[in-house]
Amino acid sequence: MSLLVAENLTKYFGGVRAVDDVSFEVNEGEVFTIVGPNGAGKSTIFNLISRFYDTSNGKIVMDGKDITRIRPDEVITHGIARTFQNIELFDHSTVLANLLVGRHSRRRSNILQSLLFLPSVRAEERQHRLAVEEVIEFLDLHAYRDKMIAGLPYGVRKVVEIGRALACGPKLLLLDEPASGLSVEETQDVAYWIEDMQKDMGLTILMVEHDMSLVNQVSSRVMAMADGKTIATGSPAEVQAHPKVIEAYLGIEEAA
Amino acid sequence: MEFAQLLLGGISGGCVYGLVALGFVLIYKATESVNFAQGDLMMLGAFFTLQFVNAAYWGLPFWLGLAMAVVVMAVIGYAMEALIIRRLFGQPQFAVVILTIAIGFVLRFLAGFIWGHEPLTLETPFAGQNLSIMGLAISVDEVFVLGTTVVLTLALYLFFAKTRLGVAMQASSQNQLAAYYMGVPVKRIHGLVWAISGGIATIAGILFASRGSIDPNLGLLGIKAFAAAVIGGFGSLPGALLGGLIVGLVEPFSGRYMPAGYSQIMPYAIMLVVLVIRPNGLFAQVQSKKV
Amino acid sequence: MRFQQKTAYDDDINLYEDRYQAFWYIALVGVAAALPFLVSSYFLGEVVNVLILAIAGMGLMVLAGHTGQASLGHAAFLACGAYMEAWLNNKGVPFLISFPVAGLFAGVVGVLIAIPALKMSGIYLAIATLAVGIVAEDVIVLLEPYTGGIGGTFVNAINLFGVEIDRYANPSAFYWLCLGVAVVVALGYANLLRSATGRAFVAIRDSEVSARAMGINIARTKMMAFFLSCFVTGLSGALMAHFLGAFNYEAFLITVSIQLLLMIVVGGMGSIHGAFFGAMVIGFLPQIITLIRQQVSMTAVPGLDTGVFAVILVAIIIIEPLGLYGQWIKTRIWWQLFPMARRDMFRRQKSYLKTERMR
Repeated sequence: MSLLVAENLTKYFGGVRAVDDVSFEVNEGEVFTIVGPNGAGKSTIFNLISRFYDTSNGKIVMDGKDITRIRPDEVITHGIARTFQNIELFDHSTVLANLLVGRHSRRRSNILQSLLFLPSVRAEERQHRLAVEEVIEFLDLHAYRDKMIAGLPYGVRKVVEIGRALACGPKLLLLDEPASGLSVEETQDVAYWIEDMQKDMGLTILMVEHDMSLVNQVSSRVMAMADGKTIATGSPAEVQAHPKVIEAYLGIEEAA
Repeated sequence: MEFAQLLLGGISGGCVYGLVALGFVLIYKATESVNFAQGDLMMLGAFFTLQFVNAAYWGLPFWLGLAMAVVVMAVIGYAMEALIIRRLFGQPQFAVVILTIAIGFVLRFLAGFIWGHEPLTLETPFAGQNLSIMGLAISVDEVFVLGTTVVLTLALYLFFAKTRLGVAMQASSQNQLAAYYMGVPVKRIHGLVWAISGGIATIAGILFASRGSIDPNLGLLGIKAFAAAVIGGFGSLPGALLGGLIVGLVEPFSGRYMPAGYSQIMPYAIMLVVLVIRPNGLFAQVQSKKV
Repeated sequence: MRFQQKTAYDDDINLYEDRYQAFWYIALVGVAAALPFLVSSYFLGEVVNVLILAIAGMGLMVLAGHTGQASLGHAAFLACGAYMEAWLNNKGVPFLISFPVAGLFAGVVGVLIAIPALKMSGIYLAIATLAVGIVAEDVIVLLEPYTGGIGGTFVNAINLFGVEIDRYANPSAFYWLCLGVAVVVALGYANLLRSATGRAFVAIRDSEVSARAMGINIARTKMMAFFLSCFVTGLSGALMAHFLGAFNYEAFLITVSIQLLLMIVVGGMGSIHGAFFGAMVIGFLPQIITLIRQQVSMTAVPGLDTGVFAVILVAIIIIEPLGLYGQWIKTRIWWQLFPMARRDMFRRQKSYLKTERMR
């Protein structure tokens, strides 16, 4: 059963077709990875799903609901959370506060109740804390809980990014190059977490990644893209063996 | 006839705003910080010239005094950057805004301390002289203002477009770190930009002083020049001048043809309209961030 | 050094870190409440001034310090509150109604200004609000039927539950009123910061992109920040109206706006303490300077207060970007660790300017 369906997704920037008539389905409970050379349109697809860009053409359906025209801040209420390739954390807050912002879509109290900090608000805060502590436990962030983001090493910040997206309890997690800039050990950690999120938490994961060892290790299915178009979809091994994929990566000219 | 006089007065007033705006834009372009003390630099420049030129003070020849004031203010501009602003290198824009506002307060206080708070008049060689062209009474200082502005703008344009240093300044504004790696002496360039805009501020101050009296609160005029810079897009040198002219022209005309009390608001009203229509200025440089 | 052992989530949720801190806050409020019995009525007037500035400072801090939307024209909202209070007061509306209405009026005006300002950022927002502040001066004069134009307007004494509250006739009562408002605002502010809305404000300040991805409605949240900020500033303006008694547009010049912003920067951006520290510097500096001048028998120098304040500000921005509050925390840590503290602990990281032309 497919959770996210993208139909004929198209995005122009001026005359450039960044994404050109791409269709794919992400099945519930799988890790679906998009690979491709730089400029293939992978990040654009993410930005289309999180509604940062308006789609020029096509349709995005999440869990049976059309989300092609909703506001970007409504995306998370449909159970979609994302991370950013170039780390977009709240630098002058603690890790804890960052993760709590991840719970924003789950808040129930209004501004007036907050100003008075009624008992109901306190109870709600405790619940948010409980949820966030589970994420901290899962990602092993105890040591950094009360540290400012600005002073943390790159690898930890990358993990906090994942944590913040997890905190809201999403159905679908969009990971934008979760391993970029990480060491081999850190990448291995990310691989374990992705497997745990998929198997233990029952999350569906849509990922963009360049590190092929990570892709091979965790992906259920892989979609390869080049120049805004899909060139192959299938198991990691199938896609890697696909002649068009090899061509896109190695740049063999057709005439040769 | 009245229309033509208003036009002329507006243009020469606009040139002064334009030159102050030019100072803002220059610093913004090269260092990406906004100098809220530009108006106060202009005030200080005018006072220095007055110190050198007026008979009650040193009584030097006008052109010598002018040159000396420009040099002194260039040094002050450089010193401000080297001693104070540079320490905020890499801090957010906002910190520099606050810092320059504070420096402006300090300059205003110092000027009041040295020259007093009474309005003073700069003695210029062409004060009170009029040319009569086609029945229009044109004062020589208006010609002086116009001529100086045109020459200065042309010189700056050529500097940025043609010289190595000018291009290096542009480069350092786009990406400081990359410029640094490419061997552009970013720090020295920043100092130089501040020195140049100190000099421009002085000339703007002299032009202003040639049309009226000066006092330490003259620097608040800088806010009007801000309006000019924003209307012109804040990133373009000709835009700044154009914005200055618009502000300069709007003032006398709205004063003449609109009910009393509205003419002071007009420049800001235009600026707000511009900001609402184009939230990042007419010739916007802000691009949306890629994620 | 005291080490804090956290045993419950409430330890993080509570307003105070531990019982010692709670004790000191309560003691502080206690001393503040007893102040009328301890000091002269002249000094009390100065403290009232500081409190009113601190309330306005908190208003601006919500917007500039926590939501990252710098406003250089906040005196306009001060004026909204002051003139609305004066107008209602002269119509005989009781203070209990006119006071919140004055705040609401400023808040609504703030939202109306926020709508076009939503798309602006950084320097453009600063300049736009600067323009609003300047235009406000002229608008006050133009709205003569309501504001008294250049001549200005005046307010009568407050009548609260049968008690006449007037700055001169009954200075302690007016002081307690201002203190009460300041404490309530500070509490509400602290509550805001520990709830979802407060976190959303900070999120917008630090990264609009990811705030949006986390489900924060940027436009609505910014408008909320503008409303709260202007509401509180309006309350401060209403109190200021009673503090001044009679006033005209000169109480709300653009320099007042700028001073408000400089004040919270000196105090420390992004902290409630900062608003109070900054208000103390602005409020007490003239007194201290006068005192020193009398000691060294120097003649009065016009503008010396502002000059000295500006020099202090320059020094603070260069040495301590987090303002007096930052310095306060460092001093506290230094003493707690005494004699183990090291200079390196507080060293700032070197940073390069990232272009802010990308948003």
